[in-house]
Amino acid sequence: MIRLERRPAPSRAWAWATPLLAVLATMVAGGLLFAFLGKDPLLVIRTIFWDPVLGEFAFYYRGQLLVKAGPLVLIAIGLSLGFRAGVWNIGAEGQYIMGAICGAAVGLAFYPLEARWLVFPMMVLAGGLGGFLWAMIPGILRTRFNTNEILVSLLLVYVAEQILAWMALGPLRSPDGSGFPGSRNLRHYDAAANHELIAGSGMHWGVVAAFIAVILGHVLLSRHILGFNIRLAGASPRAARFAGVNPGLLVLTCLGMSGALAGFAGLFEVAGPAGQINIDFNVGYGFTAIIVAFLGRLHPVGILLAGFLMALTYIGGEAAQATLGVPAAAIQVFQGLLLFFLLALDVLTNYRIRIDARARA
Amino acid sequence: MAGRVSTPLLEVQGLRKAYPGVVANDDVSFSARRGEVHALLGENGAGKSTLVKTVYGLLRPDDGRMQLDGRVYAPASPHDARQAGVAMVFQHFSLFEALDVAENVALGMEVPPPMRELATRIRDVSETYGLPLDPNRLVGTLSAGERQRVEIIRCLLQDPQVLIMDEPTSVLTPQEVAILFETLKRLRAEGKLILYISHKLEEIRALCDWATILRHGKVTGSCDPRQKSARELAETMVGSELALPAARTQDPGEVALSIAGLTAASGAAFGTELKDISLEVRRGEILGIGGVAGNGQDELLAAFSGESRSAPDSILLGDIPIGALGPNERRALGVLAAPEERLGHATAPDMSLIENAALSGRRRMGMVSRGFVNWGKARAHAERVIEQFDVRVPAAGSVARSLSGGNLQKFVIGREILQRPDVLVVNQPTWGLDAAAAAAIRQSLLDLAGQGAAVIVISQDLDELMEISTRFSALNEGRLSKPRDTAGLTLEEIGLMLGGAHDLEIAQGASRPDRAVGPGESAP
Repeated sequence: MIRLERRPAPSRAWAWATPLLAVLATMVAGGLLFAFLGKDPLLVIRTIFWDPVLGEFAFYYRGQLLVKAGPLVLIAIGLSLGFRAGVWNIGAEGQYIMGAICGAAVGLAFYPLEARWLVFPMMVLAGGLGGFLWAMIPGILRTRFNTNEILVSLLLVYVAEQILAWMALGPLRSPDGSGFPGSRNLRHYDAAANHELIAGSGMHWGVVAAFIAVILGHVLLSRHILGFNIRLAGASPRAARFAGVNPGLLVLTCLGMSGALAGFAGLFEVAGPAGQINIDFNVGYGFTAIIVAFLGRLHPVGILLAGFLMALTYIGGEAAQATLGVPAAAIQVFQGLLLFFLLALDVLTNYRIRIDARARA
Repeated sequence: MAGRVSTPLLEVQGLRKAYPGVVANDDVSFSARRGEVHALLGENGAGKSTLVKTVYGLLRPDDGRMQLDGRVYAPASPHDARQAGVAMVFQHFSLFEALDVAENVALGMEVPPPMRELATRIRDVSETYGLPLDPNRLVGTLSAGERQRVEIIRCLLQDPQVLIMDEPTSVLTPQEVAILFETLKRLRAEGKLILYISHKLEEIRALCDWATILRHGKVTGSCDPRQKSARELAETMVGSELALPAARTQDPGEVALSIAGLTAASGAAFGTELKDISLEVRRGEILGIGGVAGNGQDELLAAFSGESRSAPDSILLGDIPIGALGPNERRALGVLAAPEERLGHATAPDMSLIENAALSGRRRMGMVSRGFVNWGKARAHAERVIEQFDVRVPAAGSVARSLSGGNLQKFVIGREILQRPDVLVVNQPTWGLDAAAAAAIRQSLLDLAGQGAAVIVISQDLDELMEISTRFSALNEGRLSKPRDTAGLTLEEIGLMLGGAHDLEIAQGASRPDRAVGPGESAP
C-alpha cells in the first residue's frame, strides 16, 4: 500500500527539485498533448524551449524574453508577498489594467507637454496608485465584511476589463485616430514613452523595476519585521496573533503592495511594449504571474527564474503557433499543466512516499 | 451491584491505546447493558474520547478486545461500527449550513430513501423521541441544540443498539439539556445502551445508571452515580492520591497584576465567554487556576496575552491600565504569556527556533531596530533558551515541529522566562509531557516566582497545581472562583470549586438565579 508520510521537517532538497521535476513532467505531458494534435512533440518542445534562446532567430526572441518576463516578475513578486501571508489576490490582472489606465490617463492629460522629468514619474505614480486602489476594494471588503478576497479580486478583473473597453472607446480614445478604438500611442509621445533603454535588449524601465522588486522583496522577506510577520501569518495565523500581528492591517498591506506592483507593471507595459490603451491591451500577465509566483516557490530569486521560464513558453508558444500551427489554446493548456504538476509534486516537500505491506495487524 | 443483572451488550476488556509519549488507554475494561445510560466520567485527557473512538471504529486498539451482544466486535471503521449497530454523536457537528435538515441527514446515509419519505421518517422519529425538528428547515438557521438533534436523528434512523454521546451538553442551553435528557430516557426505556461522556458530575448523577470513571487512561472505579455524592465522584475522578500541600511560608509581595470585573466574549465558535473575572496576583506567588478544559482557559490566556483586548482599566499592571494594549506593548511592560497549544499558537510549526524566538521576543529583547530584524540577537536568544532549559535539539535552526512535545514546551516556557517577565501566564504548561520534562518546567516556574515574578498557571492537572501554586482558584463556565490559599484546601473544597455546584443548576435546567458567590463558598 502506498501512503504519504509527513516529514518531520520540510525537505529543502525537494523544495528546489519540485519546480524542475514539474517542468520535466509538463514537457512529457505537453509532448503527449502535441502528439495527439498530430504534431511532432520533440519539434514543438524544441521550438518552445530551445529556439528562442539558442536557435537561429534567437537574436530576435531574446529581447522579447525581457519584455515578457518583466511584468510577470514584477506582478509575481507582489503576489508572492500576499500568498506567503495567506492573502489570495487572484485579481492582479485587474490591478494591472487599472494601473495602465490610470498611468496612461495621466500621461495623456499632459499631452503634448514635453517635460519628461515631470510627466513620466507622474505616470508611474498614477499607475501604482491605480493598482493599489483597485486592490483595496477586496482588501477593505475582506477586513470589514469578511468577504472572500479570492472571489472579489477575481471578479474585479472583469469589471476592470469593462472599464478598459470603455476607456478605449470613450474618454481615452485618440482624437486623431479616425474613430478607431484605442488611445494615442504613448510611444510616439517622448515625454511619456517607456522606451527600450538598450536597443534590441528588451530592457525597459519595467524590467528595471522588476529587478528592483526582486531585491527589495528578498530583503523584506529575509530581514524586515514586516516580511517576518508576513511569513508568520501565512505559516500560522494564531501564532501571528500571539506575536502581535494585526491580521486586518496585514491583509491590507499585502493586497496594497501586490496591487501597486501590478499597477506599475501595467503602466510600464502601456507606455512601452503595448503603447496604447486598447480593448485587447491585457494578455493575461496577471494570471500567469500566479503560476510564476508558485513556480518560483514564492521566493524572489525563484520568481525571477520562473518569470524567464514562463516568458519562454509565451515566446516559444507564439513561435510554435506561427511556424508549426499549434493552436493558441494548447499553449495555455501547457502553462496550466505546469502549475498543476508543480502543486501536485509540491506534496513531496512536506511528505514522503512510503510503500509498505498491508499485512499488519 | 443491584440492578446490574442482565447480560452485557457491550463488553470491553483490557483495551490499550498508546500515542507517542502518552498512553491514552491502559488496560481499560468495562461492560454495559441494554437499557442503560452508562457514563464515562473523567477529566480532560483521562482517555474518554480515545475509548469511545475505539468503540466507534475510528481508532484501532493496540491491545485488548471488545464484544458486542456476545459476539467478537472489532470494527475496522465507523462504517463497520454502524453496521454492527453502534452510532455516535460528536461534540462538534458535521453539517452543511446551506442544506436543509433532510438533505443533511440524507448525506450521511449509505442508501438515502426519496426525500419525501425521508422527511416523513424524520418527522416520525422526532415525534417518537420528543426531539422537535422540522425536516425542511435550513441547518444554518438552527440553534446548537437543534443541530445536535439533527445529528441524533441521523443516528436514530439507523436504529442503533448503542448510541455514543460525546459531551453532548457542552453547547446546549439548560432548556435544551432538559429536552435531550427526556429523549435519552426514552431511548433507555426502549432497551438501547447510551454511552455518555461527560465531566459534569451533577448531570451524570441526574441521568446515568452506571458510571465508569477514568483517570490518566485507567479505570479508577465504577459505581452507580445516583448512590454517590458529587464530592465522592469528584474524588474518584481527580484521584484520591492527590497530595495536598502542607502550609507554605511565603511573604506576599506587592500586587503585580489585577483584573476587575472582566467580561469578554470568545472569538471562537463554541468558545466560552469570560464572565466577571476578578483576581489579583502578587509578586513571588504562583496563582493556580484549575478547571476542566473548555471552561474559558483559552479565553483567559488571550485576555492576559493581549490577543483579546478589553477596557483599558479592566486589567492593571501595578497601576498602569493595560487592558487595551496589544501583545507586544504588554510584553514591553513585562507581561508575558505561554499558550497551551504549543504548535500553531505558541510557535509556528514550520519555522525555526530562531524565528520562533523572535515571535515573542522581538520587542522585549530588542531584536528589531528601524524595522529590521537582528537575526543574530534572535539566534542568541534561542541558543540561550536551548542551553539553559536543556532543549534537546540538533540546532537552533531546526523547525519547531521537529521537536518532541517536551522539548518544545521547554523552549516555549524558557523563551518567556529568559525575557525576565514581571508577570508570566502559562496555560497547561506540562500537558502531555513525560515526568522529567514536567518536573523541569514546574521547577523553572517555581524559580521564576522565587525571583519575584508573579506567575499564573492555568492547568487541568490538579496534582500540578497543588504542587506549585500558592493560591488556587477554578474556572467554571467562564467564571473564576475566588482564589484561596492552596495550603489547607480539602479535597472536598477543590471538588466543589471545580464546578459540581454550578453544573447542578445547568443539569436540572433550574431557573434559580445565578449565585454571585464562587462555588467554593457555597460548600454545605
